[in-house]
Amino acid sequence: MGLLSDPNRRRALINLLTRLNAPICVVCYMAGVAWFMGLAFEPFTLRTYMSENAMGSTMVEERFPSGERAVATGREFAAHKKKVSGMPVEWLVKTMQARGLEVYTQRFSRTLPFPDENKERYMVKGTNVYGILRAPRAPRTEALVLSAPCTPGDNNNQAVGLLLGLAQYFRNQIYWAKDIIFLVNDHDLIGMQAWLEGYHHTNTTGMDWSPLQGRGGSIQAALSLELSSDVVTSMDLVLEGLNGQLPNLDLANLFYAFCQKIGVLCTIQGKLQRNDWDSVSGYSHAVQTMMLMVMKQASGRPWGDHGLFLRYHIEAATIKGINSFRQYKTDATTIGRLLEGMYRKLNNLLERLHQSYFFYLMPSLSHFVSIGYYMPAFGLLAVILLLRALDLWVQLATPPPTTEDGIADIEQVRHAHSSSPGVLSVLTPLVISHLTGAALYMLPIRFQEMAVEHFPVSETEAVVLTAIAVYTAGLALPHNTHRLLSGEGTEQGWRVLKLVALLYLAVLLGCTALINFSLGFILALTLVPAAAFVTPHVPKVLSAFVLVILSPACTLLFSVFFFQELQEMPVSFLDGWLLYLSVISQGILDHFLYGSLVYPLIALLVYPCWLLFWNILFWK
Amino acid sequence: MAAHRCCFPVWLFILCSFSLFIIAGSQETTVAPEQHASVLDNPQTAAETAEQTAGESGGVEERRWEGTEVRDAAAQKQAEPAVLQPTPQPKDDFQEELVVRPLHSGDIYASFQFRTLWETDFMRGNKVSHYRLFPKSLGQVISKFSVRELHISFTQGYWRTMQWGQPYLPSPPGAELWVWFQDSVTDVDATWKELTNVLSGIFCASLNFIDSTNTVQPSASFKPLGIGNVTDHRFLRYATLPREIVCTENLTPWKKLLPCGSKAGLAVLLKSEKLFHSSFHSQAVHIRPVCQDWQCKTTSWELRQTLNVVFDLHNSGQGKREWSLFKMFSRTLTEACPLASSSKIYIDITDNPEGEQFELSPATSLLSQAMVLGDRRTFSVYDLTQQDTFGSVRSLNLLIRWKSTEGDMLRPLLHAERYVAGYGLQTGEIHTLMYNHHPYRSFPVLLLDSVPWYLRLYIHTLTVTSKGKDNKPSYIHYQPSKDRVRPHLLEMLVQLPPNSVTEVTVQFERALLKWTEYTPDPNHGFYVGSSVISSLVPSTVAMDTNSTRERPLFSSFFPCKEESSYFVRVYTEPLLVNLPTPDFSMPYNVICLTCTVVAVGYGSLYNLLTRSFQIEEPSPGLAKRIANVIRKMRGVPPL
Repeated sequence: MGLLSDPNRRRALINLLTRLNAPICVVCYMAGVAWFMGLAFEPFTLRTYMSENAMGSTMVEERFPSGERAVATGREFAAHKKKVSGMPVEWLVKTMQARGLEVYTQRFSRTLPFPDENKERYMVKGTNVYGILRAPRAPRTEALVLSAPCTPGDNNNQAVGLLLGLAQYFRNQIYWAKDIIFLVNDHDLIGMQAWLEGYHHTNTTGMDWSPLQGRGGSIQAALSLELSSDVVTSMDLVLEGLNGQLPNLDLANLFYAFCQKIGVLCTIQGKLQRNDWDSVSGYSHAVQTMMLMVMKQASGRPWGDHGLFLRYHIEAATIKGINSFRQYKTDATTIGRLLEGMYRKLNNLLERLHQSYFFYLMPSLSHFVSIGYYMPAFGLLAVILLLRALDLWVQLATPPPTTEDGIADIEQVRHAHSSSPGVLSVLTPLVISHLTGAALYMLPIRFQEMAVEHFPVSETEAVVLTAIAVYTAGLALPHNTHRLLSGEGTEQGWRVLKLVALLYLAVLLGCTALINFSLGFILALTLVPAAAFVTPHVPKVLSAFVLVILSPACTLLFSVFFFQELQEMPVSFLDGWLLYLSVISQGILDHFLYGSLVYPLIALLVYPCWLLFWNILFWK
Repeated sequence: MAAHRCCFPVWLFILCSFSLFIIAGSQETTVAPEQHASVLDNPQTAAETAEQTAGESGGVEERRWEGTEVRDAAAQKQAEPAVLQPTPQPKDDFQEELVVRPLHSGDIYASFQFRTLWETDFMRGNKVSHYRLFPKSLGQVISKFSVRELHISFTQGYWRTMQWGQPYLPSPPGAELWVWFQDSVTDVDATWKELTNVLSGIFCASLNFIDSTNTVQPSASFKPLGIGNVTDHRFLRYATLPREIVCTENLTPWKKLLPCGSKAGLAVLLKSEKLFHSSFHSQAVHIRPVCQDWQCKTTSWELRQTLNVVFDLHNSGQGKREWSLFKMFSRTLTEACPLASSSKIYIDITDNPEGEQFELSPATSLLSQAMVLGDRRTFSVYDLTQQDTFGSVRSLNLLIRWKSTEGDMLRPLLHAERYVAGYGLQTGEIHTLMYNHHPYRSFPVLLLDSVPWYLRLYIHTLTVTSKGKDNKPSYIHYQPSKDRVRPHLLEMLVQLPPNSVTEVTVQFERALLKWTEYTPDPNHGFYVGSSVISSLVPSTVAMDTNSTRERPLFSSFFPCKEESSYFVRVYTEPLLVNLPTPDFSMPYNVICLTCTVVAVGYGSLYNLLTRSFQIEEPSPGLAKRIANVIRKMRGVPPL
């Protein structure tokens, strides 16, 4: 660090950085993107391995015999479900009791802030049924959860059947050391949220639920099962949970290990693993898989019923049965064995799963990218913000060039002093943009009734359209700011504002990326170039267009199309637009129902930050 | 009537043992806080009630029969010393019994009790050196540490009150030890420390982990069960180890304390491979002074070894719903312990008067009745000292064949549960729920909570609510914790309204431990021992509207208070709480990284901040320097 303490060399370094600022930034951006794309290249990634000793060396035997009977139970469940057109609570209670479980129910009700048009629900009332298998000679301190959602229609009946079948089989075994809770949750995530809140006696989202009567101590791990056919071709593992949280990688390893052992095709993001990593198609396959994970994680929503467990520090994953047109089929007995094996291994755990990674990306089930490998990609993007900030800082610190005329010099200095930006010129745009952000957060829900009265729209549309309207209205911010500012903005003024905005964005993205890398990275991809190039002196119309394109809302729009593309379900622009609207409403709902933080993050922090740059562009 | 003929001794025994057990709980009369007086007085009366009701219920003929028997017994007892005076024989006595209760849920509950009585005095100066039935190891412990009462239990599993009802002897999961010392002990803490270490060796258990951080002195919940009237809780120590795992290595030393070991008598059934293939396993040792006779002229020491086990219907029944001694214990009985004065098996057939629930074979003609936990129970009795019990095959293999299906869950009058609420690793909330299922009676309970210091209780957040209303405890004894020295102790006397749930909540903060204080498996979590709820519960007999069926009308008009409550102790489940835990898995990486960051980042910043910068004069050339030297010599100012 002699480099910095030597003023000459420091000056030289700073000169270099300011002179080559733009090229360095471009190189950093390219390098960041390239690094990220390189993550999916198999030689650069690590093979997954089981870190937890308690689950590793001792192999267990799987003996679950009664898959056929489980499927039959599933059919019976379907019949009862159809009969009562909803959750067949009584039947479930009776069936679970007959299998020797301690059975309890939990009622819950929730009125959504506005109707959910995707799932067609508004006032939700339901009942969760769960049975506890008490482990012999265990003091009720630890538990494992196996859950299956009771979804309307013909879905997931086999999951409930298999759950009951496993309950019956597990009940007759002596080796359990942890209580096992078999949960059938009503109204998928809402029921799960009610159950988890009841179990931990918290209330984060204002839901009404009846208190739970029976508990099994602290839950160590949970699996959620989704199965809609008697036979499946492959099992899919879903990891992404609320706010982009992921379960410990060992849970994925466990699933993978048993799929390999039993010979079940296993996928992640619905993508099979391929061995031809050195071919272009193999590489693009891995990129697709990883990008799907990044997109899902960035959305911050729970992608399965397991997603809500993660908040409570319970490692959880959803296992989905997928039935496609492949020849090779797996029957319920084999899936039962897979689950039995996983539960026996989880039962062997002495400590919570903690040995392996909590932050990772998976380009395939057998390979992963750890936080140490993917963070540099984000770091390279974030450093651009710091370089630009350094550049501005140097520009602000260097005195204006001295002229021959001493008097003029003094005048200029005095002029610079008098017009040096006050606190107000920075504070005003900051405050106003944050107020706009707060409006974006509050108004859509508040104004839905009014909007429904005055315009021919449904509540959901009202919310989404209000959000878009507030967002667009924020673009008029510069004019409002200038009206409040006394006098004209100065050269110095926008520089200080931009310096503040750059540092703000750097901190914001840095924190986001630490918690949810994918979200941080996607935001950085679009916001960093916008933040880097914007000044009041660039061509207004073109820059405004580019800035809008790079704004958070448009990022979301592109992400929707990109996600559809990745899933190999491309949509037309109109469908995409409709999808975009529903994604916005889902995002808002996720926040109010489950406490997802993406919507408030965008509305209260990212959008105001972007507005600051918008403000700089129109600086006068 | 033949059935009733032989049942008397059994029933007397049960009566005695239960009344002793209950009376013992009530012996204290000089209770410190007045609030308890009412509670604690009651067990005594309850016990008397038990005798009374049992006496009454027998009917007129049995009444007469009982009288003669008592005289006989008394006569025997009086005669004994007279006969034995010339050759002073050790005045000790050993009894063994097994109670089998087919449970509501289809499971089966087997409770062994072995009782050694010895009329001796460990405390007087003379050393007791000749031991016959009483184990020497425990005798020495009593005399060396001046123990007045010792209760120790090892339990693997949690008693499921909702399915199994109340146990005969409750115990918390893990190990529990409570000891009353003689008031002659000066340094109780040191004696306690030494005692736990010795017991740890005797029972092959980790009792040496008991130290000041998990020992408390309850002021009201644990009273002496034997005779004696010192109730100053300075001489009481109570500790639990909820993490203790009980297995064969604890069973073997426990069996060795029996006079017959596991060679003969009921103890042959205690085979570990079957005992630990069960849903619940609990073994205990209770030592206390008891009265030798009715007048209580002399005291004797009672050693009671109990073992309770519940076998699971689903785990061990291969589809067949039947139980036999062989199936439960993989042994049958062929003889009683030759040293035992009584050796009996009781089968609870109260719910099965006509054999509609299960079928019992071989049938026995002996019946017995007793008041157990506020309920009048009927038992079939097998006396192992009688040869004809074993029949022609010379072995007894009791068989219970279920006929009915599994029952619903029970609603025991009092039960409790506890859990940790909240998420995250900073704070949390302990909820204790106490259920009173009595339709119209309220009753008080004593709640004892001992919480380790690393959960810092916010006692100002303590709330007690029943039926949505604040329920003010009439007595609170709270001893705050000291970090690394002693745990929190919270005792409360709470009135439970009828048919209600009372919820006690208190918030806590999770402490950050020093890195050496973490256990080897820190991510498993840290245990908080069970809460203890002690109470006098109104008897179910008083709830029975048809009680006139069995009793004369004149005896049953007033719901007399004494007969309508009995003592119950309920333990909640222990808690497993996660504390904020550093990542121990990669200390090396962490150390390297932090050192680098500190060295590079901090070092250079510090350097920049403290160094003062000066513009350095360029050093003059050689010629100039020489010129300057010359000029200096000449006295001219340098260039």
